[in-house]
Amino acid sequence: MTTVDTVTGTAKTMVLNMGPQHPSTHGVLRILLELDGETVVKAVPDIGYLHTGIEKSCEDKTYSQAITLTDRIDYLNPLGNNLVYCLAVEKLLGLEVPKRAQYIRVLTVELQRISSHLVWLGTHAIDLGAMSVFLYCFREREEILKIFEMFAGQRMMTSYIRIGGVALEPPAGWRPAVRKFLNMMPSRVDEYEELLTKNPIWVRRTKDIGYISPEDAIAWSMTGPTLRAAGLAYDNRKVFPYSSYEEFNFDVPTRTESDCYARYLVRVAEIRESLKIIHQAMEKIADEGPITAEAPGIIPPQREKMKTEMEALIYHFKIFTEGFSPQPGEAFVAVESPRGELGCFVASDGSPKPLRVHFRSPSFINLQALPKLIEGQLIADVIACIGTIDIVLGEVDR
Amino acid sequence: MTESSSQNANVVVECLRSWNPQAIAEVIELRDETTIVLPRELLRAAAEHCRANAKLQFNLLTDATCVDRYPVEPRFELNYHLVSIPRRDKVRLQVCVSGQDPVVDSLVSVWPGANWLEREIFDLFGVRFNGHPDLRRILLPEDWEGYPLRKDFPVEGFRDVPSTSDLFKKSSML
Repeated sequence: MTTVDTVTGTAKTMVLNMGPQHPSTHGVLRILLELDGETVVKAVPDIGYLHTGIEKSCEDKTYSQAITLTDRIDYLNPLGNNLVYCLAVEKLLGLEVPKRAQYIRVLTVELQRISSHLVWLGTHAIDLGAMSVFLYCFREREEILKIFEMFAGQRMMTSYIRIGGVALEPPAGWRPAVRKFLNMMPSRVDEYEELLTKNPIWVRRTKDIGYISPEDAIAWSMTGPTLRAAGLAYDNRKVFPYSSYEEFNFDVPTRTESDCYARYLVRVAEIRESLKIIHQAMEKIADEGPITAEAPGIIPPQREKMKTEMEALIYHFKIFTEGFSPQPGEAFVAVESPRGELGCFVASDGSPKPLRVHFRSPSFINLQALPKLIEGQLIADVIACIGTIDIVLGEVDR
Repeated sequence: MTESSSQNANVVVECLRSWNPQAIAEVIELRDETTIVLPRELLRAAAEHCRANAKLQFNLLTDATCVDRYPVEPRFELNYHLVSIPRRDKVRLQVCVSGQDPVVDSLVSVWPGANWLEREIFDLFGVRFNGHPDLRRILLPEDWEGYPLRKDFPVEGFRDVPSTSDLFKKSSML
């Protein structure tokens, strides 16, 4: 361990290396902390340990093939990543997705938001010493993953949302399964709140910790619950609605304290709002109807048609050997992921492979403001602050 | 939707034109998105204008990214996506930079949030940012050679990997 002089030169400080294998850094985040006693003088996050070059790999795949890569960016929100990528490609193609598919997308993405918030709540609580919340949260998350398995055949890397619609017809028995979850969940959220909201240890560990002013949060491009806990009701679902979110009735929870506790309250309230959206989506999804857009040459034809129609067979062959080519241009779409504004920028040069795919990942951008949150705080609060911005390292490093 | 966005675009274009007639090289309207192409020298001043002007109020820099159009010159195309939360508006600022001299003014002084976004572009494309306080590699190791998101960087990297046909030859010899 090295000892270095501070900027002022009046006190001796110590440099402490935290991570990249520290359990409470939620993955492989490394932070260099300069400490004066127990107070953090300076913090420098060091990232890139999980860099897998997804954006480069996307350039070597056809537009449809790249969907499986998007699952792996933010591994707690694969459906949201699928959605933002598909929306961007659909914008390039000028595709209109049928309403039924849009509602199915909303339903699954909101379930995903709840499951992501549950992982966040469980791990954040375990970081701060509340063991049991973790077990409760994962119990409910398991129910959501079971629903995903019904829909997509996969629990985590679903690739369920495809260009022009969704991959599969909702399975038989999906309604009772989702309804059962909706009936169960509100009382479970009450349970978490009972364990934490008035718990004196939890309150002391989170209240007035990790403050950031709304002006700073905006200047540092922070979005999502962090920004909403600072008092700004910026939610892409309301401000720039996509996938028919304008037809849904829900509130955007905000707080003004802008500390870890406020962010906790915002996320818990968001779980309840998502339940409302799922309720409405269930009513809106018709039993019959198309789940993909009408676009031969882009959407793979149905198996039945391939056996009777020559065009369908040709399209099928073309899509899976060559892919399709959107006209040259660029598109940027942003959606509200559980962590904030998740954006996807796709540039086409008229070939079947994207010229450039870029993901504006909220974890990456929120993380750069971490030193703002922790400088001047105690070292124990660093853990609370990392947890509170809810980073997923897969998304930070891509 | 199209109408309102083109109206909004007019506000941005008009404001920038009245601020400096040379500020706008080109305006591209495509699929409800407005792209304003700026001359490289005016990027920082125009961005500051977009943020501070009371009619524009682009307070959030949501994304900055780069496209490599190699072998076309100027090969790098930098895209800045701005959002105005009070006005519920979006715009994209674009600057083209040549491969011989890939330097552009940093926007960290306008939005501190540009810091890591610009470091990422520097790391993966090798575009340098004038006036950036901490221009280091961010995702790749410090000693990495080359800029992997450039089009002349192969997807599989520069490692010494035997080609598939070599492997076939080897296996048929066994």
